Order: sequence, then structure tokens, then C-alpha cells
Amino acid sequence: MTTATRSTSKATATPAGGGVRFYGVWLLGIAVLIVLPLIFSSGGSLTSFSLIGIAIVFALSYNILLGQTGLLSFGHAVHYGLGGFAACHMMNAVVSHGWPIPLPFIPLFGGIGGLVFAMIIGWVMTKRAGTVFAMISLGIGELVASSSLILRSMFGGEAGITTDRTALPKMLGWSFGPQLQVYYLIAFWLVLSAIAMYALTRTPLGRISNAVRDNPERVQFIGYDPHVVRYLAFCFAGFFAGVAGGLAAINFEIANSAYLGAIQSGLVLFSTFIGGTAYFFGPMLGAILVTYLQLGLTNVTSVWQLYFGIIFIGIVMFSPGGIAGLLMMHRPLVRAGTLWTVIPSYLVAIVPTVALACGVILTIETVARYSGGDPINLFGISFNAKSPVTWIAAAVLLVGGAFVARLAWRRIADAWDRAATVARDRGYLA
Amino acid sequence: MTAAIEVRAVEKRFGNVGIIRDLNLGVAKGERHAIIGPNGAGKSTTFNLISGHIKPTSGEVKLNGDVISGLRPFEINRRGLSRSFQVTNVFARMSVWENVRCAVLWATGHRYAFWKNVDSLPEVRERTAQILDDIHLTHRRDVPAGLLTYAEQRELEIGITIASGATVVMLDEPTAGMSHAETDRAVSLIRRLTEGKTLVIVEHDMSVVFGLADRISVLVYGHIIASGTPEEIRRDPKVKEAYLGEEAH
Repeated sequence: MTTATRSTSKATATPAGGGVRFYGVWLLGIAVLIVLPLIFSSGGSLTSFSLIGIAIVFALSYNILLGQTGLLSFGHAVHYGLGGFAACHMMNAVVSHGWPIPLPFIPLFGGIGGLVFAMIIGWVMTKRAGTVFAMISLGIGELVASSSLILRSMFGGEAGITTDRTALPKMLGWSFGPQLQVYYLIAFWLVLSAIAMYALTRTPLGRISNAVRDNPERVQFIGYDPHVVRYLAFCFAGFFAGVAGGLAAINFEIANSAYLGAIQSGLVLFSTFIGGTAYFFGPMLGAILVTYLQLGLTNVTSVWQLYFGIIFIGIVMFSPGGIAGLLMMHRPLVRAGTLWTVIPSYLVAIVPTVALACGVILTIETVARYSGGDPINLFGISFNAKSPVTWIAAAVLLVGGAFVARLAWRRIADAWDRAATVARDRGYLA
Repeated sequence: MTAAIEVRAVEKRFGNVGIIRDLNLGVAKGERHAIIGPNGAGKSTTFNLISGHIKPTSGEVKLNGDVISGLRPFEINRRGLSRSFQVTNVFARMSVWENVRCAVLWATGHRYAFWKNVDSLPEVRERTAQILDDIHLTHRRDVPAGLLTYAEQRELEIGITIASGATVVMLDEPTAGMSHAETDRAVSLIRRLTEGKTLVIVEHDMSVVFGLADRISVLVYGHIIASGTPEEIRRDPKVKEAYLGEEAH
């Protein structure tokens, strides 16, 4: 979880000012990216890190729409996928024409692929925000996804377009055959894209995007056309989604219709929302968590999507600001020095909450595998789905955990209120 | 000399219902002009018609001699007309500083720029700081606008409206819902900030109207029944009958 701590520490530096600390956080992040594969050097972890890097770029690009401009898109994977296809076609063209373009430049063409489509389709799409935009994005997403199976010369049908990244001209002696070299290529583009997207939030356009998100009507009376603002934001989001798609094409050496489908669009919405849209680092956290869970859970349980759903509903209901919002809630308390008054109630709550979670997991797994009849093995503990003992254990954990957890959570709320009141008195909380 | 605002024979219908009928209004440059009238007379609709928020069914509106009716609100704003809203209409999740700065950006020529760092634009920073100082919100600069008190939000509303440096400023009930002390503060703020500008104001508080305005127009059922100096309006029998009789004494 080194990657996660890197991103959480970004929390303290996100607002303007605090120069040294701000650059320090970014440099630390880069250092972690460089060192990470040296510590965890197995093939599996390199693959995971690569996928997480791609997911972060994709989620950050999505947050240009959702968090920065207030546009809820159900079809963001279109730009990701088209970027992937553009990158694959470009790689094959480079090889067949013998152009002197090495692999590290390919994600740029992915970005251009995503950008061009955003420029063409965006003007109509961004005319309205809200439900209209969401519905059109859903329609375009389905349209492009189904076209990808029909237009075979462009998308290669079911099989997709394959490519060979090692056939491109070498750069600095790197063939990009080994996963480690691909990881560094992805890390390089991650840093580049993250810096560019962060910088975008600090420009006049980035600030006005926030204003359009908050109040598109008022923006018109300070000289801005919200349609133009939304269009430009949409183009930037399309470009960086295309970069992410290009990176994916390099990583998998293939682009197919799954890249631009509804599942991919749903995942990026999911990651961004879970991470938290209100802070720049939020989508990073979400992308790390969701990719990690996706890779980990699929091996452990067949109903991993159910867990995703539960997590998503939990976040929407109890923490609409996502993980980043939860973390940043504590900042005024840290500043006011009252955080320590809340910590004990957190510690008290851990036990019943974990018990409740175990009850939920046990119930889900028992139900899910009841018909299968095989013995279940979770976290090294094996049990039988047909045994009454399992059912009783699940019920006790579920009911007992929920009952005690509620008390413990109420305790947290009280401690929190007291700490917040002190923080407010000391002027750290509005 | 051309008028700052000239409204000629404007009508606005919603379906068959005529909200504004044969509206004529002239506001000279540098004048402080108040529009008064009973509830439902069409004062806010008049504001919306002039600022481009809604389009007139017929007739025309001129700003400094140019026809602006039919233009979009941001096009009208870029020509130097800025308005506030009766219901507070700020950028709730952004800080006070950011609210005002957003309103400064277009006028300082930065438009949709995505290649400039917004924190290192000296003229933007100075102008934003100046306006925060003017509206007495410097000490609240980092607070999200949605968390301000009501009176502070009203002051921010005025700040956003004047931030672009527009020469024609329209304020829609700027003191609505304020206490007596807050109203006095707001009036002196408005007087100071609109110095040398053209001001059009809709207001219910008669002490504010008569204390601030050079000229007053009385709107009843979507039609201006009288226009003149405060003294003339006070003496006008039509106005007395239609409006002042019940409220001012």
C-alpha cells in the first residue's frame, strides 16, 4: 500500500501555497514510483502496478468531467478505447512504414485519438449539462461500442487489433519487452499526465470549470459561455483518457471492443466516485483501491462484483465525498490539535465493525456457494456452506456486529462533534 | 448623449399571459435609477429582459446605444452590463476569494486560457484583493461561499457583480432580508462601489430607494406608470394611488 500513502500525503499540499511542501509531495510521489518495482519485483506486482498506473490516469481524466466541471458521463471509456485503437494502429503503422518513432511517444497518439473524437462529438454533447449530458454520453458509449464490432477494418471485430510493442524502434537501448520497462513507461506518462491535469485545475479555464459545476447560470453573468467551458473540459478529459487507453494498448498489445464498453465506463465512474471527486488526489485513491480489489477479489470470490456494489452503495450513502473526503474531514481537527480525542472511539469501533464485515462476507459467501457444495476457504479458514454452525456464526456476527457497531459509531459521532466544536472555536473549521 | 440603458416598447408574454406590456425606460449614464412597484409588477422580469436572462417577445433594449435584446447573457455582460440576483446566486463550493476572482477573469482578458497559472496573474490578484477589501470580506477569503452568513452572501453577490468593472450595474433587491444595521451598511457599500457608474436597482425598502436614487420608475402590472426624481414620484397622484399609498407614508 505504499502507493496509497503517497497519494494521501498529497492531501496536505493540494491547495495553493506551501511551496516547498507542495513540490516535496510530488517529488516523493515520483521517488515512490521509481523505487516501487525495486522492492516488489515479482511479475505479478509489476503487472498490478502497471494496471494501477493506467487506471489512475484514466480516473484523473474522468474527474476533469465529474469533479471539476460537474459532468456525469456514462461513456468515458469511448475516449479510452479509441485512444487504445489509435495507439495500436499507430504502432502497426510505425512498424510497417519503418517510421523512427519509439514506443514512449505512442501514448501521445492515443491521446490525440481520444481528443479528436471528443472535439467532434463534444460540441453537441456539452450543450446541456445534467441528465441530458448523462443520457447522451450513455447513448454515444453504446453506439461506439456496438460500432466497434461492426466496423471490422477499423476495430478488428471480436478479436480486436493486435500489435507488437517490441517491433518499434528502440529507445536508449530499451526494447520494452520486459514488464519492468513497460512499467517505467507507464509511470513516466502517469507523472506527466498527473502534473498536466493538476496544472489544468490551476488555470483560468480550470477555475471557471469549477464555477460552471457550482452554478452554470451565474457564470453567464460574469462573461463566460458555460457551453464553451464544458466543451473545453470535455476535450481535455478525452485527451487524457486517450493517453490512458494508449498505455493500456502498449501494456496488453491489443485493443478490442471491451476497452470502450459500458463496463469500462462504469469502472472509471466507480473508481473516481469511491476515491472522491472533490480533491485532485481522490481519483488516484479510488483507482488504486478499485484496481487492487479487482485483481485481488477475482481470485478469492466469484461474486466480487457484489462486493463492489456494496462498497459503492456504502460510499454513496455514508461518505459522498469518497475516501478523500473522509480523510480531508480530519484536516481541521489535525490543525486544531483535537484529532487525538476522536482516535479512541475509532479504535473502539474497529472490533464490532470488523465483526459486522465478517458477518456480511460470511453470509454472502455461504449463500453464493450453497449450491456449489465445495468446502469454502476464506483467509485460510475453511468451512462448509451446508453446516448449521456456519449459518449460526454468520447470523451472530451480522446481528451482534451491527448492534454493537451502531453504538460504537454513535460514540464516534459524539466524539467528533466535540472535537469539531473545539476546532470551530479555534477557527480551523468554518 | 446616448442613454446607458434604453428600453423601448418591450413586451414579454408567457403563453397568453402578458407579464410586461409596452415597457419604456431610459436610464442616463451615471444615474442611480430605482425601479419600484408592488409584488408581481414585473420588476425582476424587467431585470431579466435587460440582462438577457430571458428574451423579449417584441420591442428592443439598447445598451449605450447598441441593441442588446436577443443577445446571450454573457455577450451582454462582455459589453459592460453586470447584474446581481434577488436570490443569492454564488459559487457555493468555491471560496470567497475564488468567487470574486472568477468574476474578474474575463474582464482582465484571461478568458478560457488553459496555459496560464491563475495564481500568478498580478492584475487578477490585485483586483480580487481590492474587491474583497471593498466588500469587507477579506477576513473570510478562504471560506466556501455556501458557508457564509446570509448578509455576507449578499455582500459577496454585490462583489461578484461589480468585479468585472462593468459600467452599468443592476442590483436586484440587494438588501432583501437584511436587518436595519445590515441594510445601512449595504447602502453605503453600494453608494461607494457604484461611484461614477450607472446603477439600476430594484428595491422594496423605500428608505433605501429615496436615499439612494437620482430617479425612480414605478412599475405596475408590467407597465411603467411614472418616471422622475424622488420628489416628483412622491407627489405623483397616480403613484400614490397605485403604490405608495399602502407602503410609504
